[in-house]
Amino acid sequence: MSAEDNDSMKAVPVSPRMIELTDDFAPGEANFIKVDNFKFFYGKKPALHGINLVIPSRKVTAFIGPSGCGKSTLLRNFNRMNEMIPGVRHEGDITIHGTSIFDPSVEIIALRRRIGMVFQKSNPFPMSIYENIVYSLRIAGQNTRSVLDETVERCLRSAALWDEVKDRLHDSALGLSGGQMQRLCIARAVASRPEILLMDEPCSALDPIATAKVEELIIELKKNFTIIIVTHNMQQASRVSELTAFFYLGNLIEYDDTRKLFTNPSKKQTEEYITGRFG
Amino acid sequence: MTAPEHKQANFFTNDGKRTSLFRLIRNRFLTGLCIGLSLLTLVPLFSIVFLVVKNGLPLLGMNLFTELPPAPGLEGGGFGNAILGTVVMVGLALVAAVPLGILAAIYVNEYAPDSLLAKGVRFVAKLLTGIPSIICGVFAFAAVVMTTHRFSSIAGGVALAILILPTILLTAEQALLAVPRAFREASLGLGATHYQTICRIVLPEALPAIMTGVMLAVARAAGETAPVLFTALFSQNWIRSLMEPTASLSVMIYNFASLPYAYHIKLAWAASFVLVALVTITNVISQVIFRPKQP
Repeated sequence: MSAEDNDSMKAVPVSPRMIELTDDFAPGEANFIKVDNFKFFYGKKPALHGINLVIPSRKVTAFIGPSGCGKSTLLRNFNRMNEMIPGVRHEGDITIHGTSIFDPSVEIIALRRRIGMVFQKSNPFPMSIYENIVYSLRIAGQNTRSVLDETVERCLRSAALWDEVKDRLHDSALGLSGGQMQRLCIARAVASRPEILLMDEPCSALDPIATAKVEELIIELKKNFTIIIVTHNMQQASRVSELTAFFYLGNLIEYDDTRKLFTNPSKKQTEEYITGRFG
Repeated sequence: MTAPEHKQANFFTNDGKRTSLFRLIRNRFLTGLCIGLSLLTLVPLFSIVFLVVKNGLPLLGMNLFTELPPAPGLEGGGFGNAILGTVVMVGLALVAAVPLGILAAIYVNEYAPDSLLAKGVRFVAKLLTGIPSIICGVFAFAAVVMTTHRFSSIAGGVALAILILPTILLTAEQALLAVPRAFREASLGLGATHYQTICRIVLPEALPAIMTGVMLAVARAAGETAPVLFTALFSQNWIRSLMEPTASLSVMIYNFASLPYAYHIKLAWAASFVLVALVTITNVISQVIFRPKQP
């Protein structure tokens, strides 16, 4: 073990806010996220027709389906990112830990701090690697140097990026390679110690080697996070996820154990999609 | 129909037809024409710079910046009061128009881009950019000079502020619009508020382009004569308060160039040179300071 590793083991001051965020963790909770007859509309156009889904904690759940099937729409509802779009409307409910995310008492800021998001195209801020990671701490008013330093190292290590960038933490994040940028975005997303990570086609812009690294990372991260990943790549879904949900035209067609869904799907549409007969 | 073999043999020679030569000549001719016309656009610019430097440079000295203009018929002296007056009035205009323009652009682009108010503001700003500068002068004359009963640098500043406000607003809005959506999504996704996203991500990213707009406004305001002529008038003395007639470079050039005294005409040339140099230097400095961050 290197000296650096020992350093990271030392007790570091953690803000009360952070403890509060991670306090009520219930590992292995079976119905962590519950989607209850959820409908979603862009203006008059329905995008989701009554989805029912239960997502367990600390597992990787993959959403698959052809473009326009509603999988990204559902994903972006978990942290209410869809509300940025004017004219959208929803019916039904989504609960996390038994609390509706649409409840008026829910603070959208707190919600998004507990639900990290990784986007299709990596989007690091035009700042240093260091400042990218600590962004979510700074906006919460955390500016203590030791806390920030500790967070940067913890997050970069958990995104398997520390060894590649530790000597240039204060260089611009835009100088990284595509794969490194996406891992930086994952590191940034875990900085506020969320419980859930939403990933919207995180590897679609990456080459196979960078994809393999991100997939390894996802498998590693599920020890601590509940991960929901949207992907077009069915091999990827079968490699990284425990559960897979197949969407088609705004409906949830089949939701099952990944191995079962890919080897022995119970619905004809699922079988046709995974064998490449449509989509 | 030609045989495939035939086509392939002449693939790069255009079948040896004369169109090939004609096309070559036409191509060369049009390229030459474009280069020639591009050079032609540089002619007015360089002739202006050449004239201003040729006539303005010989008189350049410290006294121009530190002394007052001479009495008619006499020689010596400078136009320090006019330089200071221009700097003060452009400064006043910026103090009023920059915060107003940028805040309005933030509202129009970030908070309610589709609202009736935003559409109205955009429309009015576009209209205002086309308003002749003399109208701004007349308006400030009526609104400030008539009510305070005196010509003043405040009135000049108001006229210039009205003149540059739409430029600043519209360039700032374009600058904000050019900030990628992905940055905003990333920031909001990390739990930032709308306000934090604007302050920490959107504004810093848009700053270089916003500053370009501000500098364009500075250049425009410093050179305008009509709005200042009506409002600040002119003065032979140093500026002592913001509520008195004030000299400016542009009005000085206008006044002195029409006098029958050779030395005053020389001073007008020197003032033109100083004005061009001031605007250029401000521009270069701001571009160095606010250069977009390189990855």
